[in-house]
Amino acid sequence: MHQIQLGAIDYAILIVYFAFVLGIGWALRRFVRSSEDFFLSGRSIPTWIAGLAFLSANLGAQEVIGMAASGAKYGMMTSHFYWVGAIPAMVFVGIFMMPFYYGSRARSVPEYLRLRFDEKTRGFNAITFAVMTVFSSGISMYALAKLLELVLGWSFHTSVILSAVIVLVYIFLGGLTSAIYNEVLQFFLIVLGFLPLVLLGLKDVGGWAGLTAKLEPVATSAGYAAGAWSDSWRHLGSASANPMGVEWFGMVMGLGFVLSFGYWCTDFLVIQRAMAAKSMIAARRTPLLAAIPKMLFPALVIVPGMIAIALHSSRGGLLPIGADGTPNYNLAVPVLLAHYLPSGLLGLGLTALMASFMSGMAGNVTAFNTVWTYDIYQSYIRPGRTDQHYLRMGHAATVFGILFSVAAAYATTRFNNIMDMLQLVFAFVNAPLFATFLLGMFWRRATGHGAFFGLLIGTVAAAAHHGLTLPHDAVPGLKGAFLGTVLHTYPSEMAQNFWTAIVAWTVCFLATIGISLLTGRNKSDDELRGLVYSLTPRLTDRELVWYKRPATLGVVVLGLTLLLNIIFW
Amino acid sequence: MNLDLRLPIGLMFTIFGALLTLFGLISDDAIYVRSLGINVNLWWGLVLLAFGLVMLGFAIRAGRKRHASGTP
Repeated sequence: MHQIQLGAIDYAILIVYFAFVLGIGWALRRFVRSSEDFFLSGRSIPTWIAGLAFLSANLGAQEVIGMAASGAKYGMMTSHFYWVGAIPAMVFVGIFMMPFYYGSRARSVPEYLRLRFDEKTRGFNAITFAVMTVFSSGISMYALAKLLELVLGWSFHTSVILSAVIVLVYIFLGGLTSAIYNEVLQFFLIVLGFLPLVLLGLKDVGGWAGLTAKLEPVATSAGYAAGAWSDSWRHLGSASANPMGVEWFGMVMGLGFVLSFGYWCTDFLVIQRAMAAKSMIAARRTPLLAAIPKMLFPALVIVPGMIAIALHSSRGGLLPIGADGTPNYNLAVPVLLAHYLPSGLLGLGLTALMASFMSGMAGNVTAFNTVWTYDIYQSYIRPGRTDQHYLRMGHAATVFGILFSVAAAYATTRFNNIMDMLQLVFAFVNAPLFATFLLGMFWRRATGHGAFFGLLIGTVAAAAHHGLTLPHDAVPGLKGAFLGTVLHTYPSEMAQNFWTAIVAWTVCFLATIGISLLTGRNKSDDELRGLVYSLTPRLTDRELVWYKRPATLGVVVLGLTLLLNIIFW
Repeated sequence: MNLDLRLPIGLMFTIFGALLTLFGLISDDAIYVRSLGINVNLWWGLVLLAFGLVMLGFAIRAGRKRHASGTP
């Protein structure tokens, strides 16, 4: 593709943005006095800020670039990541799980596991999570630098160092508060920076009706029904009828139930934002409030991908063709930015893109330094020191967390396969986790041994399922079948991933129940008060007017999501 | 927390809005061929300016209230 030339106005916008990001960190530095201030914002964040940060921490590179790529590759079915996946999970975590996270006064998700189960379950979760966050922030940095190299001709080193230093400075100064405040700033920037692109694109293709019409040849030439790119549910009857290669059961159970609930309900990266809220009610409203903009995000991140593929097919060759002969879907957003936006708005759009990468990176780094300091350093390396000692460790952890991310970004440039492999291993670890939390929170008989070995067996089951199956037209290796035999062939990689998650969840769920029944309880009812549903006083929210109660908000959010599913059926 | 987040958000978007509006007024129309002939810098600049000023307005009003009631 042609490289984009930036004008003075574009650089001016970029510089103003950097100045504000660093300025917020600077202004907040005097509020950081204790480790709780640094890692949990002193639990003082207002609901609307926590809610937008909850959303924005997840709005990293993978979301903006990846969802647009999926929109181009699979069309409207990508909306299931939101309307079946994220939203119901966010409502669930707000209404049912947040009372235990926030109410237990645990400072992190692994710490909840120690309170509820035992030390080894916490250790397992803390260590895998810490390694995982460093690598995902490295991958995010790598993706940003590659993109800027391709689109603007900036050097890879400049981009990596620039983004690393900026994120480092603002987290180092202001801790989690600074990360959260910047995430909110980034949220508005991402919305207001990408919206003109979507509006221009839609105007160009003739609105939603024009887009649907232009996507018909895309679908029919690939051998699917005419609406395969613009309907979300209609072609889910069988795996062969849609480009994703998934049928409705794999979609609802694999993506909706296991993967999305697993991510939104147990990943400390997002939960940390709600834990920083100023009260129980604010913490519970955080994911519910975040769900409202989240349900509209497909318009911002999926529709550009659909516009890109529609233009690609109707006007010929908008997207560059890769070595394997298919369009490079990952470039959908940058290509559209260059296609529609003149100097000025182009600077705003690129700044928004950089903001999304940075918020993703900062989210990982703040989650990493907390888990490292509280769950690894304070628990296993140097327990019983003063709070100031742990605050200093938090600052140090921010520095080496970012240094590790930079190292990971460079490792990716050399060993692309190692990253793919690590991501695969993390997927195995994450898939069964939701079963452990579900049983931990809602079944008091679940024991420490049950949770730990259930998780382990579930992880092994995920690896085994992946090792014995293969997506259609893939070669054995990283994509699957590394155990030598192929027991089942899936129509697509996506289908294989969804079923790996379903298998892992089910095995972990059953194994945890089985082992718990065979082993003695390690926590008495008294110790589990506030950690398990049946032993915790119900939050009736009677003191609130009915329309202010979290349950009411949850029902409204779910109703609106159902409506969106029906409109785009 | 003693920093009202609406203040930096309002300030930043006011600056963005002003920059884009001005640039939209002085820039050559030829660059708007790709944006379907619409001077998007001018129009979107005005949108950002309005958003920024509303945010600033909220922040200043809240600041005055805090000042009047005597809490820092």
